[in-house]
Amino acid sequence: MTQLLPVYTLWRREMVRFVRQRSRVTGALLQPLVFWLLLGGGLNASFRPAGSGDGLSYVAYFYPGMIALVLLFTAIFSTISTVEDRNAGFLQGVLVAPVPRWAVVLGQALGGATLAVAQGALCLLMAPLVGIALSPASVVATIVVMTIVAVGLTSLGLVIAWRMESTQGFHAIMNLILIPIWLLSGAFFPATGAPAPLKILMTLDPLTYGMAALRRTLYLADPGVVATVPPLLPSLAVSAAFGALALWGAARMAQRAAV
Amino acid sequence: MAGEAIDIQQLRHVYTGRGGERVALDNVTFAVQRGEVFGLLGPNGGGKTTLFKILSTLLAPTAGRATIFDDAISNPAAVRRHLGVVFQHPSLDSKLTVGENLLHHGHLYGLRGADLSQRIGAVLQRLGLAERIADRVETLSGGLQRRTELAKALLHRPPLLLLDEPSTGLDPGARRDFIQYLQQLRTNDGVTVVLTTHYMDEAERCDRIAILHRGKLVSVGTPAELKTHVGGDVVVIQAVDPPGLREKIRSRFACDATIVDGTLRIERARGHEFVRDLVDAFSAEITLVTYGKPTLEDVFVHLTGHRFWAAEGNGGAAP
Repeated sequence: MTQLLPVYTLWRREMVRFVRQRSRVTGALLQPLVFWLLLGGGLNASFRPAGSGDGLSYVAYFYPGMIALVLLFTAIFSTISTVEDRNAGFLQGVLVAPVPRWAVVLGQALGGATLAVAQGALCLLMAPLVGIALSPASVVATIVVMTIVAVGLTSLGLVIAWRMESTQGFHAIMNLILIPIWLLSGAFFPATGAPAPLKILMTLDPLTYGMAALRRTLYLADPGVVATVPPLLPSLAVSAAFGALALWGAARMAQRAAV
Repeated sequence: MAGEAIDIQQLRHVYTGRGGERVALDNVTFAVQRGEVFGLLGPNGGGKTTLFKILSTLLAPTAGRATIFDDAISNPAAVRRHLGVVFQHPSLDSKLTVGENLLHHGHLYGLRGADLSQRIGAVLQRLGLAERIADRVETLSGGLQRRTELAKALLHRPPLLLLDEPSTGLDPGARRDFIQYLQQLRTNDGVTVVLTTHYMDEAERCDRIAILHRGKLVSVGTPAELKTHVGGDVVVIQAVDPPGLREKIRSRFACDATIVDGTLRIERARGHEFVRDLVDAFSAEITLVTYGKPTLEDVFVHLTGHRFWAAEGNGGAAP
């Protein structure tokens, strides 16, 4: 039980820091929103997602993808600070305190995930714009899915951040790994019409299942619209397994990064 | 509870990287007694930061043994309970207030509730920071931030305080205050204090110091003891032609001068008489003579053959 106090305190620090850094709010929430409006709006007239149900416009298709991007960006922004924080910042003191590394990582992951889910939940306010009538059940289910996905993405960010010596390296990883993970998750285009090699990659992408679960819970009342994505429960199982694996990996990395 | 605060035996650390191996600590052995202010003095790259990292459980040594209050550093969980650590780089969250920083720190040590609030109040009071409790750290001056770092390290009342270059960036006055406070902690609370420094004035004020140079322990002792290594007074001569003058001094006075960084250095008893004779004999060749009682810098030169500041970075900076 005593280990939960450090977990709680590190989580709380993330909350307070976030509120006091307005640029982070802007970056994590507005950037995906702008992507959604510009890309979604621009592509809406020209493209209709293959295999999607009748009447699903591109803007509507991209909407859950935007939510995933909000989760991803928040996860990245909240974990990237780990790199500098442990060499010349607050984490130095945490690392010499009698606190196991797993507790440090758990506090960080829960902090990052909470911020991500809070911003993802704000995006739900725009659901009516794309014709989704959210029921209370759908909102709750969607937030559960967002939480599982956010823990996974934040933990993945932590695995990378604890390995890195500098933040420059993090940017390269972000462009080479994190953004492709999002692009190949079905957030931006469906697997249905994709060429075979891409389809294989999309099947292997763990975020594919997070995206599928997100679409399933958003369209809880109207499953026909999302009939081509993997079913809800297996998707949730894969997402939860990935989250647990990433969290374990992050704890290992933190253990190795310092004695 | 007998025994030393820190006992270091044959400690060795080798960094391996793309550039091959670099020995940062080379079989270092010494002990720190309970209740002393102990300084690790050395140029950057001398190994003191590596030693600090090992003692603060952030780095495992390649070989050798160290215990802190009889707990081996190979058991970090036990050692961490004894430590209060002040880092060279800020470890405060600048977005949080002084009070919030201390609150988080207390939680990490299992402190909470009224006990924690009371301790925060007491430590801030003691360091003259009580009115700053609600100020964000980023709004404090450098000196106040260092004091807050110290408050944080003391909050859980550790028996051993480890400080890495604690007064970097402070002006000499603030530096003197800071070390005075450390001396008070030792005297009033029995806290053992170990600090790394490359400031001579700071090292002078320690009870004992260890001099590290290129990973090796050069000497350990009180500042006064170390100065007895130097034979008498120190005469430093700048000359037009140092090697030439060295020969002339050797034949005339039968004493050896060493050339350190282009200046001649002679250690000699009754230095004031020697300076008079020297200037009488070679006034044309000499551009400047200084004479003085040995300082810790002289001790360093005597023991290593290098000037302290010139040695900075020559050993390769520790990462």
